[in-house]
Amino acid sequence: MTTICADVDEAVADVADGSVVLIGGFGMAGMPVQLIDALIRQGATDLTVVSNNAGNGDTGLAALLARGRVRKMICSFPRQADSHVFDGLYRAGRIELELVPQGTLAERMRAAGAGIGGFFSPTGVGTQLAAGKETREIDGRHYVLEAPLRGDVALIGAHRADRMGNLVYRKTARNFGPVMATAATTVVAQVVQVVETGELDPEAVVTPSIYVDRVVAA
Amino acid sequence: MTLSKAEMAALVARDIPAGSFVNLGIGQPTMVADHLDAGHGVVLHTENGMLNMGPAPAADEVDPDLTNAGKQPVTELAGAAYFDSAASFAMMRGGHLDVCVLGAFQVSAGGDLANWHTGAPDAIPAVGGAMDLATGAKSVFVMMTLFAKDGSPKLVPTCTYPLTGVGCVDRVYTEVAVFDLTPEGVVVRETFGTTTPEQLADALDLPLRLR
Repeated sequence: MTTICADVDEAVADVADGSVVLIGGFGMAGMPVQLIDALIRQGATDLTVVSNNAGNGDTGLAALLARGRVRKMICSFPRQADSHVFDGLYRAGRIELELVPQGTLAERMRAAGAGIGGFFSPTGVGTQLAAGKETREIDGRHYVLEAPLRGDVALIGAHRADRMGNLVYRKTARNFGPVMATAATTVVAQVVQVVETGELDPEAVVTPSIYVDRVVAA
Repeated sequence: MTLSKAEMAALVARDIPAGSFVNLGIGQPTMVADHLDAGHGVVLHTENGMLNMGPAPAADEVDPDLTNAGKQPVTELAGAAYFDSAASFAMMRGGHLDVCVLGAFQVSAGGDLANWHTGAPDAIPAVGGAMDLATGAKSVFVMMTLFAKDGSPKLVPTCTYPLTGVGCVDRVYTEVAVFDLTPEGVVVRETFGTTTPEQLADALDLPLRLR
C-alpha cells in the first residue's frame, strides 16, 4: 500500500541514523532535491549514500554532504567541475569513498531488487576496482564477482505518480530511479504531479506500485 | 603539421560504419558527433539512458531532464528511446554497442587502456561508465594526443597509470598518426603532415608495423 504524503517532511520523517540511502539522479537530472532538503531538516546522520555522483554545486546531495551527514559515498563519478563540496570533504579525510563502475553500481542494485545473490561481470577485470574480488573464467572470458547492493531507504525523482504509486519518468531523468525503487526497504518518490488511479497508461508505467512505499508531489 | 581536434574528430566520424550504435565518451570524443553524416544512420547512445541522442538545443529549448553523459543539455531525434541505467549498461556489457570512442591517459601496445585515474595521492578517482564501455563495446577507439605535456609517449609498452580495461582498445587516433592495435602488434594505419613512420618508431618505445 502506497502512502501519498502531504509533504516531503512527512515522507522522510523516519529515516534512521546510519541508514544506507539510495539517491536517484545523474547529476541534477532526476535528483529528488526537495526530498534531500527534507532529509537535511530531519537530521539523520552517519549515512551511507549511494548515488551516481557525489553532488553538484551546493544544492541537493551536495547540501547533505556539506552538513556532514554522510559517512560514506558509494558512487561511480564523484569528481566533476562542480563537485567542490565532496572534493573538500574527501581531501580532508572526512568522507569515505567506495568507487564502483557505473554499470556495476546499477546492476548491484538490480541484483538486490531481483533477489540475486551476486553476479559475475566482465567490467573491471584486471583493474584496481576488482582487486581482492573473486574472479572466474566462463566460456573463455574473465569475470569478477560483484555483490548485491541494498538500501534502507531510496529517495528518487519521477515525473508523475498515480495514487496507487505507479510511476512514470521523463527523458533522461529516469536513470537510476527504476532500479533504486526495487532495491530499498522503504522507497520514497518525489514527483511533479500525483494523478488519480487509472490516469496513467498501464503500458507506459515504468515502476509498478509494488515497489513504491511513499509518494509526494514537490 | 598535425591534426586539430576537429580534424581528429572528423577522421573518427569517417571511420564509423553506417548504421552503427555508438557511444561517445565525455570530453574530446563528444566532438565526433559534429562530423557524423546524418545520412549514415549512426545512432548515438548516452550512458544515462537514451538512444538516438541529438545535438545541443537552442538556448531557449534547454530541458534539464534531457542531458548527455557530461550533464550537458541535448535533444532527442526521431526514433529516440529512453531506458534506465541498468538497461543502459546491459547494452554495453552485453555487446550490443558497435563502437565507443574514449579519451586516454595511456594505451598499451596490447590494447590496455588507462583513462580513469592518474593514481596521484591527492587525485579524486572517478570511473563513471569508462570500464563498462571499454569492456563491452565491440570496437573501442581512443582519441588522444600521442605525447603527454611532459613529452612522454602515451602509446606505451605497458601502462603505468591504473587500468580501465585489459586488451580492449582496437584503434588509437592521435594528432600525428592513427594506429591499429592488432594481435600481430601496433600497425601504423596512416600518418599526417610531415610525420613519417620512421619518426614515430624513433619517438615511441615500441616496435611498429607498416600497413
